[in-house]
Amino acid sequence: MTALPQSPLRTLLDPLVRDNPVTLQVLGVCSALAVTRSMATAIVMSVSVTMVLMGASVAISAIRHEVPRSVRLIIEITIIASLVIVVDQVLQAFFWELSRELSVFVGLIITNCVILGRAESFAMHQPAGRSLLDALGNGLGYSWILLLIGGSRELLGSGKLLGYAVLPLIENGGWFEPLALMLRPPSAFFLIGLLIWGLRSAHLARARASESAGVSPIPSAAGDVA
Amino acid sequence: MVADAKQRTGWVVLRRLPPESSARAIVVTLLVCMLSSALIATAVNVLRPYQERNRAQQRARHIEEVIASVPGLADVLGSLAEARVETRLVDLASGSYAAEADANGFDSRGAARDPDTSLVLPPERDLAGIGRRAHHAAVFLVYEDGRLRLLVLPVYGAGYVSTLYGYLALDPDLQTVRGLSFYEHGETPGLGSEIENPRWREQWSGKRLRDPTGKLRIGVARGRVSAGDPYAAYEVDGISGATRTGTGVTKLLHFWLGSDGFGPYLAQLEQKRGAL
Repeated sequence: MTALPQSPLRTLLDPLVRDNPVTLQVLGVCSALAVTRSMATAIVMSVSVTMVLMGASVAISAIRHEVPRSVRLIIEITIIASLVIVVDQVLQAFFWELSRELSVFVGLIITNCVILGRAESFAMHQPAGRSLLDALGNGLGYSWILLLIGGSRELLGSGKLLGYAVLPLIENGGWFEPLALMLRPPSAFFLIGLLIWGLRSAHLARARASESAGVSPIPSAAGDVA
Repeated sequence: MVADAKQRTGWVVLRRLPPESSARAIVVTLLVCMLSSALIATAVNVLRPYQERNRAQQRARHIEEVIASVPGLADVLGSLAEARVETRLVDLASGSYAAEADANGFDSRGAARDPDTSLVLPPERDLAGIGRRAHHAAVFLVYEDGRLRLLVLPVYGAGYVSTLYGYLALDPDLQTVRGLSFYEHGETPGLGSEIENPRWREQWSGKRLRDPTGKLRIGVARGRVSAGDPYAAYEVDGISGATRTGTGVTKLLHFWLGSDGFGPYLAQLEQKRGAL
């Protein structure tokens, strides 16, 4: 996966669908479950994660030749954690309400495996420009999944999008009966499960090939859902 | 800049170190940590004024919510052009006001947890079942034309399965309830949670705290209260299926209106009122 860089365009576009961090690498699922009750929190989380991912990838890639292997994880986590603290401070300054709603989940971006995963498997081996593209691609790949789930949950759970009524509710004289389940945590599991199923089926051949070749996409994938 | 110079000398040293040596590991880690600290310190300092402003707005909103949550209070305030709300910090033991500056930022729950700012209640005095009580409490005073219209006291205590947090609003005579509302609890939905029901809440308005002998009588009855009952002036209907929530409400009111709660404060206010 890190052996030969493909074209820059592929680096950017592959993580959107073909190698999506959430559905194919099953990374960052924890936050995808936690913050997708509404579109607004999903947007803030997506932007925050993408920013941290880009900052961390570029910084780590820039110093990759100076960092001894023995301390590379410490360095990576230090950089990621610092960027997350900065993002958290910015949210508290300019998006107070949303940052209260996201509360601890902003801090937990540190443990989002998409970021450490990209740092370990890509930024530690590739030049800064390419790492930035990869980070942007993965950030966008993570974001669209989050937005899709956040949007569906808010729409089906309360008939609204971004707080505006879209589907007329029965109690207001419309026809839509909100699905209370969508506002509860398990619905995110179902939706992500369906998405993973759908996207994996579409790329069944590819997934099979890489599995039979014994290539696990990312070594840290197993420890993510925390 | 000092950081700059260190960075440059660090760079020279770094370049000479072998790639996998411990010395290099230490130098690289130190450099990354220093840069990260500088980044965080800058962000925190630049953004602090914005965050402070947000927190101040949050507190103001909280007070508005408190007022909105007391039945009838919003109406009273709406009709009063000159209404003014004041937050004061009360030293519960002495009953007098503590340093005024802290009242808005007072963290009542934090204070009740911290051994330095709270007192352990012996079980026989702990009617509310709260274990510890903070030394201070933030009360709200609503004035109209410079005259007290309403006194709002924070109260809390154990219900059936959770702690009930609420506000008790008293008329200026300090003997008549204007409202009691619980803004946070985890009681059984449909049973204990009926303490939130506006129809139950509005019964509190007009209830007297004490009987003519001065004994606290305010509380929740067992079953319904009919107009002829001897305690009808002090008690509201019990909630069927939530006897223990009701008992909890009665006990916490008796605690907070008693000598370990706002008793000394109410006595002081009463004295001042008598002096006028």
